[in-house]
Amino acid sequence: MKTKRRTFVAGASAAAILSSSRAAFAQKKYDDGASDTEIKVGNTNPYSGPASAYGVIGKTIEAYWKTVNEAGGINGRKVKFLTMDDGYVPSKTVEVVRQLVEQDKVLCMFQTLGTPTNTAIHKYLNQKKVPQLFVATGASKWGKPKEFPWTMGFQPDYHTEAVIYAKHVLANVKDAKIGVLMQNDDYGKDYYEGFREGLGKDVGRIVKHASYETTDPTVESQVIQLKDAGANVFFNIAIPKFAAQAMRKAADIGWKPVQYLNNVSSSVASTMKPAGFDNVQGVVTAQYLMDPTDKQWDNNADMKMWKAWMTKSNAQANLTDASNVFAYAVTFLMHETLKKCGDNLTRENVMRQAANFQKFRVPLLLPGITVSTSPTDFYPIQAVQLSRFKGESWELFGDVMHAEST
Amino acid sequence: MPAFPKKLLWVLLALAFLVPLLHPLFPDVVSDYRLFLVSTMIIAAIAVLGLNLLTGFNGQISLGHGAFYAVGAYTAAVLMDHLNMPYWATLPCAAVVCFIVGYLFGLPALKLEGHYLALATFALALAVPQILKYKWLEGLTGGVQGIVLNKPEVPFGLPLSEDQWLYYYCLVTMVILYWAAANMLNSRSGRAMMAIRDQPLAADTMGIDTSLYKTVTFGISAAYTGIAGALSASAIAFVAPDSFNIFLSIKFLIGLVVGGVGSLAGSVIGGIFYVLVDNSAQALSMFVKNDLGLQFDLSAYTVFGILLIVLMYLMPMGIVGGVYLLMRRLRSLRG
Repeated sequence: MKTKRRTFVAGASAAAILSSSRAAFAQKKYDDGASDTEIKVGNTNPYSGPASAYGVIGKTIEAYWKTVNEAGGINGRKVKFLTMDDGYVPSKTVEVVRQLVEQDKVLCMFQTLGTPTNTAIHKYLNQKKVPQLFVATGASKWGKPKEFPWTMGFQPDYHTEAVIYAKHVLANVKDAKIGVLMQNDDYGKDYYEGFREGLGKDVGRIVKHASYETTDPTVESQVIQLKDAGANVFFNIAIPKFAAQAMRKAADIGWKPVQYLNNVSSSVASTMKPAGFDNVQGVVTAQYLMDPTDKQWDNNADMKMWKAWMTKSNAQANLTDASNVFAYAVTFLMHETLKKCGDNLTRENVMRQAANFQKFRVPLLLPGITVSTSPTDFYPIQAVQLSRFKGESWELFGDVMHAEST
Repeated sequence: MPAFPKKLLWVLLALAFLVPLLHPLFPDVVSDYRLFLVSTMIIAAIAVLGLNLLTGFNGQISLGHGAFYAVGAYTAAVLMDHLNMPYWATLPCAAVVCFIVGYLFGLPALKLEGHYLALATFALALAVPQILKYKWLEGLTGGVQGIVLNKPEVPFGLPLSEDQWLYYYCLVTMVILYWAAANMLNSRSGRAMMAIRDQPLAADTMGIDTSLYKTVTFGISAAYTGIAGALSASAIAFVAPDSFNIFLSIKFLIGLVVGGVGSLAGSVIGGIFYVLVDNSAQALSMFVKNDLGLQFDLSAYTVFGILLIVLMYLMPMGIVGGVYLLMRRLRSLRG
């Protein structure tokens, strides 16, 4: 059959009118967990067990949603935030997430914390087509939209960060001999592998690689080993307690390498101060969030707003804990994602909106760092800025660096 | 402790097999999630059963059965991941591996009694997660990253969901293991085991090879718990060292004491109890905070602890012991 030009035009305009009218009188669309009055958001956090220090993140997120609800919610809907304790035990995470998805029927999971715990529910949530958004882990495997279209990370991944350090070492340190201290787990290995990849053909410059377990009392012997191997660059992949010990020990034994410290331990209050300000001058790290203990942000509008919010709405939380800054920033992004969904609160639309940020400014990110995502880019924050420790705070230097992860 | 009435056992068993078939009638009550939860209860029950054989019937205390559970889970996971073995074939393999490990651990344990044995097994439970991360084993165990697995698929095109099939798979395994344990205990060997528990010296004098019985019991007990571990690997479809921390061993011990030391039915009740209370404690603390609106930050573990204390106070012999005591009192009242 031949389609006449006129019929075609008529048909096309009718279709256009239809589709535009649908946009104008958008029907409310809901999946499980969303209704005219409520949006259910699920979460797991280790409120008990060995990683319970991270539990503050869940508490701050809860306080954030409370503030949102008191101000009228999102497009008139209250957020019901269901957070469960998994004790950082992956098998328990599976249990509670299944409960949240199948019994409580949440619209999406948000900020589930930990690498092994998220790995345990990765496949399940993708099979069920439930968004697993902005997970709280720096592993590099959360941004694979092709295989796992329902999972998205948040922070710059460890791998990328380590690549940046490696490039900086190669460009700035002549005849580098590198000693690496590493926590022996997934987080440590992600950093170490990224670092090796960043070094490329110069990987032989690593003269010593020492690891520790979180159950070790100190890392002093490891630091002595690194010094004895003749290293003049020290890459410190450790959580705050051990990072501080290591830097203090290095100063004690008169070892003065160029030091790189992972972002995980960049807190002034929990790492740099205990290590002794005299011992950590010139240490380099990469940052993407403002450190609440860093004096240079005291007059920053974001920081002032955050501190006011903390004292008013999250009074029992610690103002010097960077985890609370992190929690605020990531929940802000989730808030924005749900806002953008409008009345179309389907899981598919939640993912579509999450994957549709263009240079979006999230408060408390360093100036110049923004969130960008797309259907093929599931890494929201991919920029960091190097900073060097000077006096009693971090001093940013160089440009904001964008790195494309693998 | 007296045996469980047989008739009741058959009724319960028939019920257990029928329940998933009620799904079309009550889709919300008999949901996949609930069946999955019951499967984890069954798995916990098998693990507690293993511990009961050792502690309840042979008098050897173990604070380290989480280690055998981990070995069983990893045996199954490695076989499925590296050798593409079907999930059901991993159960006997896990049993054999855990029997050997348990037997070997039982040898030095012969020299340790009571609290010292408890400490040695405790050390084992602490060591196993670290060993799993060890660099020489990493190629096999996946290190801290663990191993991601597939859930058991429904065979022969049966019209069941994955969780329904998993439920039957766990249930049948438990029934077989329970039957085997009941028969073993009701034999010469079983009586020998209990004799060693009650009077080691007398047992020795009667001509029972106490060291052989003790080590073999250790092996069998480990094998039971290992099978539970292998089942859990299939059910959770993921193994990682973090899943097998020291709390797991303590959880089995709680299940054992709550259910009833030295009672097979008690093990099953203990396993069910643990999962149930662990979950409802969290639900309860969430309910208090969200629905009642009390600004009363009750952690789930606090609720759990309170429940445990109350239970131990009311039923110091465990649930099975408590029920028998109650029944006896009722009977004497009537008589």
